[in-house]
Amino acid sequence: MLRVHWYLVVTGLLAAAGCRADRPERLRPAPGAKTGTVTIHIPDRLTSVPTGEVDALGKPLRASCVSCHSLRRPDALPASMAELDEFHGGLTFQHGELSCGSCHVVGDQSELRRADGTAIAMRDAMSLCAQCHGPQFRDYSHGAHGGMNGHWDLSAGDRVRNHCVDCHDPHMPAFQPSLPVLRPQDRGVRANRGEHPARAGHAEGAAR
Amino acid sequence: MSDSPVIRNGPNRRVALKVIGATLGAGAFAYASRPLVQWAADQSIDEVLRHHYKELTRDELTQILRKLEAETKEVHGVDVHIEDYPAQEGVQFGYALNLSVCIGCRKCAEACHKENNHDRRTNNSYIRVLEMDQGSFDMERGNVDYDHAVPAPGKYYMPVQCHQCDDAPCVKVCPVEATWKEKDGIVVVDYSWCIGCRYCEAACPYHARRFNWTRPEIPPDEINPDQGYLSNRIRPQGVVEKCTFCLHRTRQGRLPACLEACPTGARVFGNLLDPDSEIRWVLENKRVYVLKEELGTRPRFFYFFDV
Ligand code: HEC
Ligand code: HEC
Ligand code: HEC
Ligand code: HEC
Repeated sequence: MLRVHWYLVVTGLLAAAGCRADRPERLRPAPGAKTGTVTIHIPDRLTSVPTGEVDALGKPLRASCVSCHSLRRPDALPASMAELDEFHGGLTFQHGELSCGSCHVVGDQSELRRADGTAIAMRDAMSLCAQCHGPQFRDYSHGAHGGMNGHWDLSAGDRVRNHCVDCHDPHMPAFQPSLPVLRPQDRGVRANRGEHPARAGHAEGAAR
Repeated sequence: MSDSPVIRNGPNRRVALKVIGATLGAGAFAYASRPLVQWAADQSIDEVLRHHYKELTRDELTQILRKLEAETKEVHGVDVHIEDYPAQEGVQFGYALNLSVCIGCRKCAEACHKENNHDRRTNNSYIRVLEMDQGSFDMERGNVDYDHAVPAPGKYYMPVQCHQCDDAPCVKVCPVEATWKEKDGIVVVDYSWCIGCRYCEAACPYHARRFNWTRPEIPPDEINPDQGYLSNRIRPQGVVEKCTFCLHRTRQGRLPACLEACPTGARVFGNLLDPDSEIRWVLENKRVYVLKEELGTRPRFFYFFDV
């Protein structure tokens, strides 16, 4: 693979192909007519925890943070996950050398704390991540990290962006290994696997 | 239509079939000619003698679409909507993929499988994900058949689909012009025009074309009813198919199915002519690569790494 230069790509685009009988091209809306909105998905986990119970419709029940923490506001942060023995058991922490206080606020579990001391709402956790992960946040802001759903063309419809925390557990942000889906089953692949020795080889099914 | 009964100006499929019969073995010819044999049996003469896609009038095309819908109902038992989605003015599609974040989960291939009405038994998809040794760029040495937790140590993953080349070898070898490049950069196949000779499949350096050995089998409730004539309508047996960047979605401004399904956000899609687009930002700010650049195919599909 060789590096390519974008200007060659863009300037070298193909000129128009032949016209179609009586079927005109669709015209695009006027340039700049970006009427669609871009919203950032806010994951439930920022404001509630799973209870393990389901409601009558089988939907998992979640308890909001405030339902407990409006009553219970510990006046010191733990130093590690191991100190949480009453609730929130089983959490693990593996995120650089950060302390709980790098992100959490003493006495308020509905807020987070930035490096300069300002408190931010849970839903704005992205701006917390951004202060330590500038390059990823820059890429994210240009659509090159973090993915999206909906429309590439904002004059045609809306778009939803993922939240950093949709993909990265703030306490264990590395992606965890998982099993792949949809193992190929076509002829060439089965042949290479030795399931049809007679047909092994590159041209799939050529011997048929 | 009196002077040339088969088609007005375009290439003649009958002549091509003869030529191919002479160059391929008898067995191959039997396969290649299969669609025509079937047409003779169960399709009207109008259809065999119809015009090339590019020369169809709106009325003719509409008739064909409605007929295909009726056929789908008959064969697969489902109501589908088949539409012709023409290219949009001012749009040139481009696609980029971040190899630093791809984990090889094949969710993109699965989304393609469902979106594009692929045969269920073969797990067919327009996307092949190659498991590559770190440091190697030779796609011929990638493994598509891995079946262990990903990402595996020492490996990286390279999903490969049609690169919608600007100088597409597959288009050049088609003897009947059943495949061509559209104005927005998408290389399409007219499955009703394809004679199944598979020259294009052999010509593609990215192994991005597939041949329908059998008619796709899909449980009726899994068939995606939103179909494009040149994209995800259920393909007949004996024709070649390929990725169209989901043109039935993307020509309506939507993102391709594989992009939406990617859990890592590795994929970036958009209009190369829009200087504010995400795809342009990637081309201008990342180190971008194309596969087998030395072949001069000029792909519309780019790979990049985070640095
Ligand atoms: C069912 C009640 C309950 C819910 C719901 C709950 N917590 Fe807690 N939380 C506790 C208890 C009890 C402790 C103290 C645990 C200990 O010290 O062992 C605690 C401790 C904490 C701590 C560490 C101590 C501190 O000073 O802040 C944080 C941070 C915290 N919770 C955040 C949250 C957030 C964020 C949510 C919602 C996403 C949430 N909690 C939901 C009961 C709850
Ligand atoms: C990188 C910032 C960051 C650090 C460091 C951090 N947290 Fe959190 N924590 C969050 C965010 C954001 C949430 C919101 C809920 C979520 O996404 O899990 C959260 C939620 C929680 C919760 C609520 C329940 C849950 O299941 O998540 C607890 C308890 C908690 N943190 C404890 C801790 C403790 C203890 C430490 C230190 C060992 C710590 N956190 C360090 C960002 C952080
Ligand atoms: C106070 C600074 C700080 C904040 C805030 C912070 N991080 Fe980190 N993050 C780090 C450090 C330090 C590392 C470790 C880098 C290393 O190990 O090389 C890291 C590592 C990571 C990694 C790589 C993990 C791995 O093992 O591959 C991810 C992903 C990540 N952080 C995501 C986040 C997200 C998402 C947030 C917001 C919820 C966040 N970080 C908030 C400092 C921070
Ligand atoms: C769609 C899912 C997704 C979203 C959303 C997302 N990331 Fe990531 N991010 C990934 C994947 C996948 C990787 C690859 C690393 C891995 O294998 O853990 C990654 C890697 C990272 C790394 C580690 C880079 C390295 O070199 O090790 C950081 C830091 C990071 N992301 C921060 C962020 C921040 C900050 C946000 C929000 C602005 C964010 N991510 C949003 C999926 C995502």
